[in-house]
Amino acid sequence: MRWRCRPAAVARLGAALLLVGALASVAACRSRQDDRNTLVFWAMGREGEAVAQLIPAFEREHPDIHVDVQELPWKAAHQKLLTAIAGNTTPDVAQLGNTWIAELRALHALEPLQPYVDHSSVVQPADYFAGIWATNRIDGTLYGIPWYVDTRLLFYRKDLLKAAGFEAPPRDWAEWSRQMAALQAHAAPDHYAILLPTNEFEQLLSLALQQDEPLLRDGGRYGNFESAGFKQALGFYVDIFKRHEAPLLANTEVPNPWTEFGRDVYAFYFSGPWNIGEFRHRLAPSQQAEWATAPLPGPHGPGAGIASGSSLVIFRHSRQKAQAWLLIQYLSRPQVQQQFYRLLGDMPPRRSAWQGDALRNDPAVQAFRDQLERVKPTPAVPEWERIVTEMQLVAAQAAHGELTVDQAAAEMDRRADAILEKRRWMLDHAHGARR
Amino acid sequence: MSPRLARWLVNGALFGGAAVAVLPLLWMLSVSFMAPGAASSLPPPLLPAHPTLGNYRELFAHAGMGRYVLNSLFISSAIALFALVCNLMAGYAFAKLRFAGRERLFQALIGALVVPAQVAMLPLFLLLKYAGLVNSYAGVIVPGMATIFGIYLVREYARSVPDELLEAARIDGAGEWRIFVQIVLPLLKPVMVTLTVFTFLAAWNDFMWPLIVLTGQEHYTLPLALASLAREHSEDTELMMAGSVVTVLPVLLLFLALQRHYLQGLLLGSVKG
Amino acid sequence: MNRSRTAWLFLAPALLVLGVFFVLPVIGALGLSLTDYDLYALADIRNLRFVGLHNYWGLLQRPLFWSALGNTFYFVAIGVPLSIGASLGAALLLNSPLARLKPFYRTALFAPVVTTVVAVAVIWRYLFNTKYGLVNYGLAELGLHPVDWLGDPHWAMPTIIAFAVWKNFGYNMIILLAGLQAIPPELYEAARIDGASAPRQFWHITLPMLKPTMLLVMVLTVAGYFQLFAEPYVMTEGGPLQSTVSVLYLMYDDGFKWWNMGVASAVAFLLFGVILAITIGLLRLARRGEPA
Repeated sequence: MRWRCRPAAVARLGAALLLVGALASVAACRSRQDDRNTLVFWAMGREGEAVAQLIPAFEREHPDIHVDVQELPWKAAHQKLLTAIAGNTTPDVAQLGNTWIAELRALHALEPLQPYVDHSSVVQPADYFAGIWATNRIDGTLYGIPWYVDTRLLFYRKDLLKAAGFEAPPRDWAEWSRQMAALQAHAAPDHYAILLPTNEFEQLLSLALQQDEPLLRDGGRYGNFESAGFKQALGFYVDIFKRHEAPLLANTEVPNPWTEFGRDVYAFYFSGPWNIGEFRHRLAPSQQAEWATAPLPGPHGPGAGIASGSSLVIFRHSRQKAQAWLLIQYLSRPQVQQQFYRLLGDMPPRRSAWQGDALRNDPAVQAFRDQLERVKPTPAVPEWERIVTEMQLVAAQAAHGELTVDQAAAEMDRRADAILEKRRWMLDHAHGARR
Repeated sequence: MSPRLARWLVNGALFGGAAVAVLPLLWMLSVSFMAPGAASSLPPPLLPAHPTLGNYRELFAHAGMGRYVLNSLFISSAIALFALVCNLMAGYAFAKLRFAGRERLFQALIGALVVPAQVAMLPLFLLLKYAGLVNSYAGVIVPGMATIFGIYLVREYARSVPDELLEAARIDGAGEWRIFVQIVLPLLKPVMVTLTVFTFLAAWNDFMWPLIVLTGQEHYTLPLALASLAREHSEDTELMMAGSVVTVLPVLLLFLALQRHYLQGLLLGSVKG
Repeated sequence: MNRSRTAWLFLAPALLVLGVFFVLPVIGALGLSLTDYDLYALADIRNLRFVGLHNYWGLLQRPLFWSALGNTFYFVAIGVPLSIGASLGAALLLNSPLARLKPFYRTALFAPVVTTVVAVAVIWRYLFNTKYGLVNYGLAELGLHPVDWLGDPHWAMPTIIAFAVWKNFGYNMIILLAGLQAIPPELYEAARIDGASAPRQFWHITLPMLKPTMLLVMVLTVAGYFQLFAEPYVMTEGGPLQSTVSVLYLMYDDGFKWWNMGVASAVAFLLFGVILAITIGLLRLARRGEPA
């Protein structure tokens, strides 16, 4: 091999490297200087983009505070949060999926908020939907303030239901079953009564929360999926697939559920509030009168739903907790929440915010308003997210007919018990998370 | 087969291969100048109907791209600079200085190449956590300051430095450090360029480790920022393509400018194995 | 004596960096894989337990580990031959006396190698988009059905393989080209006089002479392809139906998403074991073929 090299190349390269290094360190230093009165706020996905528009008004009210909104992609958010906690690089305030609160509390990452609420005239616990507020209390201590709420219910096609002989959406499981059977009898080939994507846990979880038994037993030490109530919910869920009233598809295999809903492929769609906007945006104007929303039917009358959504939290290592609380208070004001709803369609967690015109006059959101009075929290253990992921993997197998309901329930308990092994050990030993 | 047909086939195949290799990059460049939404239409347009710089403006004005470019430049330059110093010294020592266990140590290093870097990542993260370097430039730079490949590269090249030259200098009473700086380094210039280009490109393109160790976006490198954008703005084809251009173009230009050094390094690093 | 000390001083910075940031963590990973380091241990190190080989045992019983291993093997088994085949083809073309504009073609064919994986993976995501992608548009023009490249569990991995081949073949092309150029022209001369056809020359001269280079290329490529991560992270996020979850993707998820560092370290070591075994296997195979 021959090596020839013009000395100029070396010199130029070296000079370029030095210059660039100097430039970048200048940039790095400058940003560090104004850290003192900067409040770092981590928000996820679209919420991050929308909230940035609400911040200028806050900064005008508090000229001494600069809010640095950092957007995290939803799918990377969980990992980024844990890494930040591990590395002691947490922000001051963050938006948190409310099922993550227990996990972050186990890491001693969050600031208890009850003392702040006690002195606040803005955040009124009684004004919040009870089920949502409860998701923010872990073992009696409050760690988050609900920011927006999310629950799952039924989107349905009024015209298809009418054609099958029903004037109103179902109110209990028996009626729901009758309607799905009638719809399926009327349906064209490859058309279905309902869409229940097999890789989404929220549907089965909603049905399970309608039962009396808790999902975990003995203080979150063991799974409770073999309870009579859960088996009833799982049986109801699996039977829909067995009767071919729902297709065995994951949501990745249904690229565009909205158009298909418009094309009569599905009469019911069990999903969340963001779809209101999607349907308005994607269905033809002529079809807008044909779809509506309905609260979830329960085993015997109106049923419970899941209490998901995001909360605002303050991190324990923040050095500006007072300022952070000011931001949370600002974002919790009913009129700011209405603004937020207009920007994004995220539903407010407090009843007074629902008094605004945009929400009050919208028939599609009224079913959500109704459902939100009946939402229930999921078990507040750090392992819940993994347990519910496993629950759905097993449920999908049952839906495919690979497991019976009893076998599936037993398998869910086995997996949950394995995941909870460390938690049991922790609870049974003195130096656990509860020192 | 007639010679003319053979010539036609060979050059045709080369042209086809080059087209497959380069067209996606040209397509990226073209789409980056299209107006938002223009690429998502049928038939897919190949050239922008109304070329615009709007996507780039959006990237730098709103998505903070300028910051990420500086981050990438700073991190990659720092790694290239530190790795150059460490690897040059070590490679020279392995090639020209005598000490007990030299060959065995070198063999051990080469053997360690089999261990995938990812094996070290989890404990490395914990190590940096206790050192307080998570989410800092140093967290990305420090583990890259020396590479086995770089040491190997320098050693291979430095072996061609004549021993007599070094001995003569020693007889003249020159210290080892002076010999290294004044006699050896000038001779190693070509491998210095090669090594710098190699490390710079590798650091620029690195993804997994920065993804793990950088948590806040103020330290993000271009690939991280792009991956993050891609998860939230996947529907904005034109914006993403502009982001890809900003990420890819600097390394492509660097490669084109110093191509010979890069390819020589690639061969030196592999031919002997 | 003095000279030996100088040598160690010259070595010190590099060895320090490699020792602290590579050797130590690798040993640490082995230790970590024998513990249940998790969220609770992160919060308080007293919650750490020694679990022996339990993590390894648990992995071997976990369907997702096997499917991740299967996906990775699929990627390697199809991707490596295709990749090396493309490299060899391109190298042969570039080495042909009939080829023109060689430096230009060499640069063009090599260009994808220096690009950033994340950026070009993003490009491919759009080229292979089901609805607006150029690839499906081309298929439609040919009268073929569109394919849901990245959304269909059967097509996602082949698409990623095609991407990896496109991105990487240039690297081996350069190495193989150098290998080809090192073959003495007299060998071909003699064969031509004996009347050997071009395919026979390739089979009896080119391939045997290229064997050491091929072996090296194979070992490097196999080890590299086993470390599949960024491609599925950007293009599919492991989906659809976990069909593109690779071993490293699993390690990343276990380690940095669920924070089960013990399990994740065990995943990393199992991957290391697999790569080591296959590398040794390849070298053995090559050595056995040698005397023949």
